[in-house]
Amino acid sequence: MKTESRLEKVLASGALAVTSECGPPRGVVPDKVKEKAELLRGYVDAVNVTDNQTAMVRMSSWAASILLKQIGIDPVFQMVTRDRNRLAMQADIIGAYSHGVNTMLCLSGDHPHFGDHPMAANVYDLDSVQLIQAVVKMRDEGKFQGGKDIDHPPKMFVGAAANPFADPFELRVMRLAKKVRAGVDFIQTQCIYNLDKFARWMDGVCERGLHEKVHILAGITPMKSAGMARYMKNRVPGMDVPDDIVKRMEGVPKEKQPEEGIKIAVESIERLKEMEGVHGFHIMAIEWEEKVPEIVEKAGLLPRPEI
Amino acid sequence: MITAVRKPMEEIIACVAPYDRILLVGCNECVSVCSVGGRKEVALLASALQMHFLKQGKTMDIKEITLERQCDPEYVEELVNLTDGADAILSMACGCGVQTIAGRYREKPVFPAVNTTFMGASERQGVWSERCQGCGDCVLGITGGICPIARCSKRLMNGPCGGSSNGKCEIDPNIDCAWQLIWDRLKALGLERRIEDIMEAKDWRTSRDGGPRKIVREDLAS
Amino acid sequence: MTKAFEPEIVAFCCHYCAYTAADMAGSKRLSYPANVKIIRVPCTGKVDPIHIMKALHKGADGVYVAGCLEGDCHFKTGNIRAAHRVRRVQALLEEIGWDSRRVEMITMSAGMGERFAQTAREFTEKIRELGPSPVSRAGQEAGRQAVS
Repeated sequence: MKTESRLEKVLASGALAVTSECGPPRGVVPDKVKEKAELLRGYVDAVNVTDNQTAMVRMSSWAASILLKQIGIDPVFQMVTRDRNRLAMQADIIGAYSHGVNTMLCLSGDHPHFGDHPMAANVYDLDSVQLIQAVVKMRDEGKFQGGKDIDHPPKMFVGAAANPFADPFELRVMRLAKKVRAGVDFIQTQCIYNLDKFARWMDGVCERGLHEKVHILAGITPMKSAGMARYMKNRVPGMDVPDDIVKRMEGVPKEKQPEEGIKIAVESIERLKEMEGVHGFHIMAIEWEEKVPEIVEKAGLLPRPEI
Repeated sequence: MITAVRKPMEEIIACVAPYDRILLVGCNECVSVCSVGGRKEVALLASALQMHFLKQGKTMDIKEITLERQCDPEYVEELVNLTDGADAILSMACGCGVQTIAGRYREKPVFPAVNTTFMGASERQGVWSERCQGCGDCVLGITGGICPIARCSKRLMNGPCGGSSNGKCEIDPNIDCAWQLIWDRLKALGLERRIEDIMEAKDWRTSRDGGPRKIVREDLAS
Repeated sequence: MTKAFEPEIVAFCCHYCAYTAADMAGSKRLSYPANVKIIRVPCTGKVDPIHIMKALHKGADGVYVAGCLEGDCHFKTGNIRAAHRVRRVQALLEEIGWDSRRVEMITMSAGMGERFAQTAREFTEKIRELGPSPVSRAGQEAGRQAVS
């Protein structure tokens, strides 16, 4: 084991891992984080804590991660390179680790253009690949970016994101290979609706043996309504929602749509389980966290392994 | 070249309103080429300002001059006999020109009439795009001649991000995804494998982050 | 006693259309106001914003650029360019607090003598209604105050 991360242990055991997500509040009330996470207790192995998601200011991800740690839920501390330079990022990694946060996710982050602070400076001192390298260097070499030794380095289990659906498609396996080369331990993918395209990507991943070097958790987001399906299809960059999914959502009465969305999610998990290289699931139920247990249960992912 | 756009007239008017005699100085270099601060634009701004103030019942005395290069002390020296007759100087050059004037004529207030925008290239008549951020450590040789620092919205060194869609950037469908361009170009050059080489964290000291930069060429400066 | 205000108008006329149309209006004895001073240009694409601005600055009450019908420019797109420049000047006038209606782009063909005369009448009438420009020469002669 490289780290004390629960997620690492679950993945090492060969079990399918399950992670979910919790967006910190836009204010100071700690109970809001805890309440969201409580809904997930016992159903997932770790909970991602987003970092100024969609470029909107929220409680910092390391602070919210510590709140989760305090109630015995394992956080995946997300870090975007958009908001701080390498000094601040390394400092936050050390700080979070000192509070027991041992799993993190390295992202570049949404451009400020999308949030409510479009006037903010766009830092990007590092990009996501370079952040992976930085965290791995801290862990494996015990060194800072500047080259000096760290006095008791943080041992983070390092994750990153992959979007198999962004353009150019032909580059998507290569980009994963690059993150693997940077030393990433696990990957959480963009939400998967186009399973055929995902399967093609996974074929490419397996062909190069990347699935043996990195744990891939397939991204799942249940649709609440046909409107959400249309929105994701048309408005969210890098999202691939096939027409038949939209039609299927539209084909049931409005009050039945949430149920249909969950059904689709469960069916997707069932199919993804069969794909070589899929080592788990990252279930992102946006402002719908209470449905995660139902999905996990229906998809036959219970009980979660005791580590 | 350095590109610029004219400031809103309201802002320019507010700057010069307290004065009666203005020396309006254009530049024959970059801002002439991008049609914002050359001889023609100087004449146009002079007329516009005078017309505005005439409507207010005020005659504004504006002397027009366009220097060969406003960022060069040698040319800025040409203003020496004109500044006495002016209460303020209005410059239509980039920020370098404005500062060269401010440094030379310390007793005169100097105002910029344009917003200096970026280092860019002309795409076609009337269209300029950012191409270089002067990072001081050029990577174009390994990115197929397309700069990820100037042209990727997140200046990713290992792109593209997940927001690249049909060759366009997620923040604006009018912006090409720099990494799609890099990829296309590497393919054309038969250098596909290079996309997997990790570009290491950049040393920003050569850029603005190392403090204001200076070039001293001993062979020329001595 | 003050004289009635007679606006001074500058018309930049393309040699291939509006200028010829003006000729035709003359030969057909179609009357148009003497207020309009014609400046012949080889193409309206030759008219720069500075020409329009200087005309106004020096005291013209209105300026129009008369070019070929769309698609008929002898130099392909000179008239389109002229239209863009007129819009630019109109925007600039708005920015300095002048009435942008003092400047206009008009198109016609060489055979439209009647249209030339009619346009000259209409534009003159419009400017007469707007009154003297803030720096109007004619307005000063008429002892009238600037309005816009």
